[in-house]
Amino acid sequence: MRAIYIAQRVIHELIRDKRTMALMFVAPVLIMFLMKLIFTQSTTTSVTVATVGVDGNVRSALNAVKHVAVTNKASNAAAQHALKTQKVDAVIRQTKPAHYTVTYANTDATKTNLVKAGFNAALTANGIKTLKQTTLKLSQTVSQMATTIAKVAPQAAGSLKVPQTEPAAATKITDRYQYGDKDTGFFNKIVPILMGFFVFFFVFLISGMALLKERTTGTLDRLLATPVRRGEIVMGYMLSYGILALIQTVIIVLCTVGFMGVEITGTLAAVMVINFLLALVALAFGILLSTLAQSEFQMMQFIPILVIPQVFFSGIVPLDSLAAWVKDISYVLPLTYAGHAMTQIIMYGTRLSALGLDIGVLLLFLIVLTALNVRGMRRYRKV
Amino acid sequence: MTEPVIDLKHLQKTFGQQTVLADVTLQIAPGEILGLIGPSGAGKSTVIKTALGMEVADGGEARVLQTHMPNRQLLGRIGYMAQEDALYEALTGAENLRFFGRMKGVKKAVLAADIAHVAAVVDLTADLEKPVAGYSGGMKRRLSLAIALLGAPELLILDEPTVGIDPALRRKIWSELHQLRDEGRGILITTHVMDEAELVDHVALLLGGKLMAYGTPAALETQYAVDSIEAVFLKAEGVA
Ligand SMILES: Nc1ncnc2c1ncn2[C@@H]1O[C@H](COP(=O)(O)OP(=O)(O)OP(=O)(O)O)[C@@H](O)[C@H]1O
Ligand SMILES: [Mg+2]
Repeated sequence: MRAIYIAQRVIHELIRDKRTMALMFVAPVLIMFLMKLIFTQSTTTSVTVATVGVDGNVRSALNAVKHVAVTNKASNAAAQHALKTQKVDAVIRQTKPAHYTVTYANTDATKTNLVKAGFNAALTANGIKTLKQTTLKLSQTVSQMATTIAKVAPQAAGSLKVPQTEPAAATKITDRYQYGDKDTGFFNKIVPILMGFFVFFFVFLISGMALLKERTTGTLDRLLATPVRRGEIVMGYMLSYGILALIQTVIIVLCTVGFMGVEITGTLAAVMVINFLLALVALAFGILLSTLAQSEFQMMQFIPILVIPQVFFSGIVPLDSLAAWVKDISYVLPLTYAGHAMTQIIMYGTRLSALGLDIGVLLLFLIVLTALNVRGMRRYRKV
Repeated sequence: MTEPVIDLKHLQKTFGQQTVLADVTLQIAPGEILGLIGPSGAGKSTVIKTALGMEVADGGEARVLQTHMPNRQLLGRIGYMAQEDALYEALTGAENLRFFGRMKGVKKAVLAADIAHVAAVVDLTADLEKPVAGYSGGMKRRLSLAIALLGAPELLILDEPTVGIDPALRRKIWSELHQLRDEGRGILITTHVMDEAELVDHVALLLGGKLMAYGTPAALETQYAVDSIEAVFLKAEGVA
């Protein structure tokens, strides 16, 4: 019962604190919106390529590639100058037949890759075109021969069948997307992890600060001078911040789905369950660390050490190619499991029952940290 | 002879190298106000915190209301007011009172009446709906005292309750304390205001980790051959 009253009081205090509320509910949406803008922009990079002595067919094929523009230069010196002055992103020079030298500005890996891919595509397209022309010539020759034969020996022509060249039907590819649509990009991939991260970050920070304040203002001592159990205080905090995390999740989900067009394949309830669990872990973590801090500023010092690294190791960047010990770091971070579970739910529609491992590990984190907290409060009261 | 409400025997407490309490033995009977005085840093607050079990004693025993301390359940029968105000500034006075009342386990049925009563004692009835952040220093101190009075505790432990409170209100608070004493409650109070020390039943002077003097105000004045507790204090400390 006391736990509920403590939860009530914590929520009451938070509601009065308008700025913190805004931070918790508006900041995540704002940051996600900005990230969407940034990551959607980067997919439409375009490059300009200077060519020197390149065959006209290849040039027009390259120009036809999307997001690639071609300017022809008379001399290599002029092309290199354009590269130096950042007018073009790469220079393609044909030295011998079928021998090209490409110089990249290489200040932006995306652009370099676009030139490489574009040039390859252009060469392939050019090859196919040459092939087609040859085929066309061949079939023309065949039909000319057939006409000649018909004139010379009409009876023989009766048994001669010239295959009619059907107009080659353009290859058509129909795209179907398991998740999202053609605009689905990097932003969509990081949304599930970001959602978890925001919950983790804000609950960690605000709850840690709140308990720290209780300690420094003496209200914790006063609370412990009543018959309240240590566990009830921890429970009260869990309840209040758990509710807050749920509200935060709903707001983030509504905004990402409503305004940013992110598709959630799984159920909203499953997303909420994982976020609630993560919030409790973050809370227990925040309370634990607040006992190690003497001031709000010291609490802030944990952010670069313990919070930010979680983002990098929790699946925003693929860790498969990294050294084994780097991957091992991710196994001890709660956000890894929450991020994985959220990705499964949002992108693959996985049901909670299939995420036993992630949920189990999060629960384990929760139990261990909570026990440490209840135990740690003995420092302020012996019973 | 009734059992003492506070019974401290040979209490010892050290913080690192510093011995704060060397050997403190002290008793308070029901219906008695004991004034604990002593210079700043003498260890008055430490005596209180050890008695409540918030600090663990290195030696000796603390029994409160016939129970060995620390004991969680017992805390509901004690009204404790710390030296620092320790209030939730974002909440109003009434919300603070309600919250601590619930934590103490005051029955729902009597909580509202109890809050009204203690607020009247400290003259805060008109300001109960204001957030504590807007209170003056004295108002916070009074609210803090009101919280300690909640739930009609059998024992009151007040660490400098009247700091920053004006003389008229201080008189009112003392008359309330006397009334509580007459109802049979025990009260332990620390103070630096020496004319308040004249109002208590027994004075204990804490110096160098020990009780240097103990007795009724009148008896101490005779013992030290002076005419006020203030003079006793100065003489014992060797200033006068
Ligand atoms: N948690 C602590 N850690 C280390 N030292 C402490 C701690 N609490 C108190 N002390 C030391 O114990 C001594 C007594 O402190 P205490 O607060 O009991 O004094 P006091 O008599 O209440 O003083 P005042 O009249 O100023 O309130 C002080 O020297 C103080 O530095
Ligand atoms: Mg003190």
